Amino acid sequence: MEEAPIISFKHVNKIYSNGTVGLKDINFEIPQGQFLVVVGLSGAGKSTLLRTINRMHEITSGEIKIDGEPIQTYKGQALRLLRRKIGMIFQGFNLVNRSSVERNVLSGRVSYYPTWKTLCGLFTQADREMAVRSLQRVNLADKLYTRADELSGGQQQRVAIARTLMQEPKIILADEPVASLDPLTTKAVMDTLQRLNREDNITVIVNLHSVPLARQYADRIIGLQAGQLVYDRPISEVTEADLNDIYVTEAVQA
Amino acid sequence: MSIPEVPRRSWIQRWHVKGIAVTGLLLVLLVASSRMTGVDVGMFFSNFGQFLNLLVRMSHPAWEYTNVIVQPLLETIQMAILGTTIGAALAVPFAILSASNLIHNRFLRGLTRLFLDLVRTLPDLLLAAIFVAVFGIGSTAGVVTLAIFSFGMVSKLFYEVIETIDMGSLEALTSVGASKVTIIWYAVLPQILNQFVSYFLYTLEINVRASTVLGYLGAGGIGVFLQRSLNEFNYSQTAVIILATLAVVLVIDGISNHLRRVLL
Ligand SMILES: Nc1ncnc2c1ncn2[C@@H]1O[C@H](COP(=O)(O)OP(=O)(O)OP(=O)(O)O)[C@@H](O)[C@H]1O
Ligand SMILES: [Mg+2]
Repeated sequence: MEEAPIISFKHVNKIYSNGTVGLKDINFEIPQGQFLVVVGLSGAGKSTLLRTINRMHEITSGEIKIDGEPIQTYKGQALRLLRRKIGMIFQGFNLVNRSSVERNVLSGRVSYYPTWKTLCGLFTQADREMAVRSLQRVNLADKLYTRADELSGGQQQRVAIARTLMQEPKIILADEPVASLDPLTTKAVMDTLQRLNREDNITVIVNLHSVPLARQYADRIIGLQAGQLVYDRPISEVTEADLNDIYVTEAVQA
Repeated sequence: MSIPEVPRRSWIQRWHVKGIAVTGLLLVLLVASSRMTGVDVGMFFSNFGQFLNLLVRMSHPAWEYTNVIVQPLLETIQMAILGTTIGAALAVPFAILSASNLIHNRFLRGLTRLFLDLVRTLPDLLLAAIFVAVFGIGSTAGVVTLAIFSFGMVSKLFYEVIETIDMGSLEALTSVGASKVTIIWYAVLPQILNQFVSYFLYTLEINVRASTVLGYLGAGGIGVFLQRSLNEFNYSQTAVIILATLAVVLVIDGISNHLRRVLL
């Protein structure tokens, strides 16, 4: 575990254009292959933190390094290549509802092609097979030609994971991936993320509201409060009381 | 027992001041404009007899004339289809450039919208007159007129559709590392395609109707024959043209309504 971290935050601040403090002096490192869970109340800055990692949000000051390289200067193609190695899973699944599952999954592969090829749908046979394999990994291969909006929420989220797999990502960011799912589908989705983490050694960062889920799946838990990193422990040292503290003290302050 | 705090309406809201004021203003405008333009409702009724007279003279359609107008009618439909297609195809990139959820550069967006607004202010009859002067009498003038007219109308309808799409899939494709064009192709187009086609058909309906009138200015199609028969006071031919046009418009409306229902 003592190798160079895959992600590092140094004095990262994020202030939104309307003056809201999104992140405040964040410092921490994530080693390759970790399953990190981020907890904190609504508005604590979890989504903001996640989105700075693939530059969906820009930071105001500080430095974020991925694979040892500062990412703030990336533009155009370099930025797209950065995003390619970072998969993202959303609370709302964010599939193209009117398109087929196959097309949604293949869209995870577009950054490996020049734009004109993606417009013509010129995916290689190998990539089409890869799409099927990705769906097999989330147990949905039979839905290849179904329209995305004909699937249940849990199935849609698994399609979104299959789409992410097409990127062959080193990192997966998941922003409350199970917030709108029932307990059983929640388990299916979280298990899938865990499997990818263990089998493919993908670094996984998940925002969660549920303390039990956090304790069940995380290698390490960090807590945010009003944009600040207030808690950071490996799972072996995490206690129920700690986690309740993160929520309670904040609730009292609010 | 305390009454729960409820926000109070201001007196403006309580007496519906705005609604009453707007209604009053509209009434004033209506009366004033009819005074100023000198619309005489009486004349409508006193000259009604002439209208009946015309109808009587048209009541013996010269059915054999049908053969002559099949060709120009087809030309009218072709003009409408071609003009609408060209206009709608050109409208797509401009609609994308005008959509506030895709283009964050206010200046660029403002410029495109200004251009589209200008195009929309041009009346189609004026365009037809100009293009007949440029291209001469014939269907080229008609097609160009209809293309520009549809472009102006459709681009606005299109960008309003684009502004209502769900942005989630765009976020996802951005996070995948897709280029802007790929994002539009994969995440925007599937969401808007049905409505685009529906608006296309709607514009086609309007254009089939409009192109009969444009022909009157020399822009090709059935309108040319309409003008000729009217000038020659050959009302039995006029009747055939009107009936045939009506039939075509009804059929096109029917087809496009059906397609729209299937699509949406
Ligand atoms: N685009 C934005 N512009 C301005 N302020 C924002 C923007 N997005 C988020 N914020 C603010 O930044 C703070 C952190 O928001 P963030 O979405 O990261 O919280 P979160 O921890 O993900 O909350 P939740 O659990 O509700 O998703 C909040 O106060 C929020 O209001
Ligand atoms: Mg959030």
